[in-house]
Amino acid sequence: MSEPLNLKAKLGLNVFKEDKERHINIKPGMEKDPRLKRAVLVCPAGLYSLNDKGEVEFTIDGCLECGTCRIACGVEVLDWKYPHGGAGVQFRFG
Amino acid sequence: MEERFDAIIVGGGLAGLGAAYTLASEGLEVLLLERGDYAGAKNVTGGRIYLNPVRDMYPDLWKKAPLERFIAHEEVAIMAKERSLTLRYSGEELRTEPYQSYSILRAKFDRWFAKQVERKGAMIVTKSKVDDLIFENGKVAGVKAGEDELYADVVIACDGVLSLLAEKAGLRKPGNPKDYAVGVKEVIELEAAVIEERFGLSEGEGVARLFMGEVTKGMFGGGFLYTNKDSISLGLVVSIKELMENKDRIELPVMFEEFKNRPEIAPLIKGGQTAEYSAHVIPEGGYKALTKLYGDGILVAGDAAGFSMNIGVTVRGMEYALASGYYAAKAVIKAKEKGDFSAKTLAVYEEMLKNSFVMQDFINFKEAPHVLENPRFFTYYPELVTSIMRDLYAVPAGPKERLYPTVKKYLGFKQLWAMAGDMRKVMKI
Repeated sequence: MSEPLNLKAKLGLNVFKEDKERHINIKPGMEKDPRLKRAVLVCPAGLYSLNDKGEVEFTIDGCLECGTCRIACGVEVLDWKYPHGGAGVQFRFG
Repeated sequence: MEERFDAIIVGGGLAGLGAAYTLASEGLEVLLLERGDYAGAKNVTGGRIYLNPVRDMYPDLWKKAPLERFIAHEEVAIMAKERSLTLRYSGEELRTEPYQSYSILRAKFDRWFAKQVERKGAMIVTKSKVDDLIFENGKVAGVKAGEDELYADVVIACDGVLSLLAEKAGLRKPGNPKDYAVGVKEVIELEAAVIEERFGLSEGEGVARLFMGEVTKGMFGGGFLYTNKDSISLGLVVSIKELMENKDRIELPVMFEEFKNRPEIAPLIKGGQTAEYSAHVIPEGGYKALTKLYGDGILVAGDAAGFSMNIGVTVRGMEYALASGYYAAKAVIKAKEKGDFSAKTLAVYEEMLKNSFVMQDFINFKEAPHVLENPRFFTYYPELVTSIMRDLYAVPAGPKERLYPTVKKYLGFKQLWAMAGDMRKVMKI
């Protein structure tokens, strides 16, 4: 995120259950693919960011499982699965 | 573990629960698998549900359903950079039972709906993610969920907008950004009395307000506000393609924060406590982006099939989910009578949809997605309309200009010609 916002605090309001492994991964060799940069703009949870070298960094914590990065970046770039059953975000309002 | 069912339904959203409810009501053995802790745990809506199209498909459901407020007032706010124009429509028919639409929170509603489905005799297993389909002789024969292999005559994929299962069945390809939008939403808690006072509502009444224009920085999309019983659902929906290509590199969470801070919004949510922040992809490609709806031993329903539609004045998905789940179940019942679950028999599902409001809406509005994509709707018109309002209301120190010239200066030949062009396209909707 280019601005701090209160995004972390906002995500902190949600119920998340930890997963055994990351359910979204950048495919090996695709770390510098320009399509990844789209995720920085579209991810509602701000999980993708550009570092000083202009590379995309990604964390899974706070993932809302919305699917936007899969649509924007595509399956050639991202290995995209849902978390295991009973893991990940559990919406109380939805 | 190996077990056999008449039907396995993947996903406890409205399509899946609707299909399970309908099948179990007819006595079929149904297993519904849901990856969340409970049905609704992974489901997000704007949200408002319209009941008229689905009332009779689920006649016993609505009386006790945990819906929020009936929508008695329809509002649209045209948002320019520094000004806005809000219209409020209120009508006797909106205040009269049976009410046309309700605000809804899906984690609450779906969880309750799942209980009704279980009461009908369907089996629901939560915390169970389906990883793959099982094929036998080229036909879908069941699903793999972790260590379990589960078999059924037919699988109904109601696994949501990305539908990884329909992909595995070869019924669709991964989605194209131009056919999808992303929605973000905050549920902001406020006391019922405060909501009613702030929005001018009688007890139990609700309001739906859509925002178009500057809120999405000229991109295809808009904002929404729905009043729930004791909270407000406030959110933004933006085209994924336009968002990922936006030249100013505006990030979605920043856009949402700016929306919340607009002077038209901030006082409405003042003092409220945000309780949850959610997001989801929404299918918006319309008729042309629908997936293949059936194959050997498999049907696709709800968002998984692309059944959601934005026509500007209404954004709808939940009725299509409930109806497609219902018709998928009816198709399965027909297939069971025949003892044949091949694609040829299951094709009756598409026939039923074509004879219903679902496909008729999608065909009637098939031009809507590309007509509404017109960027002039999101920048030019909001600025134009609100500039005219500014000048009409302005009282200068000197003499005030006559009203007709005030308006006319914005509407020269060039502008009117361009508007007529837009109008011709809008007439296709």
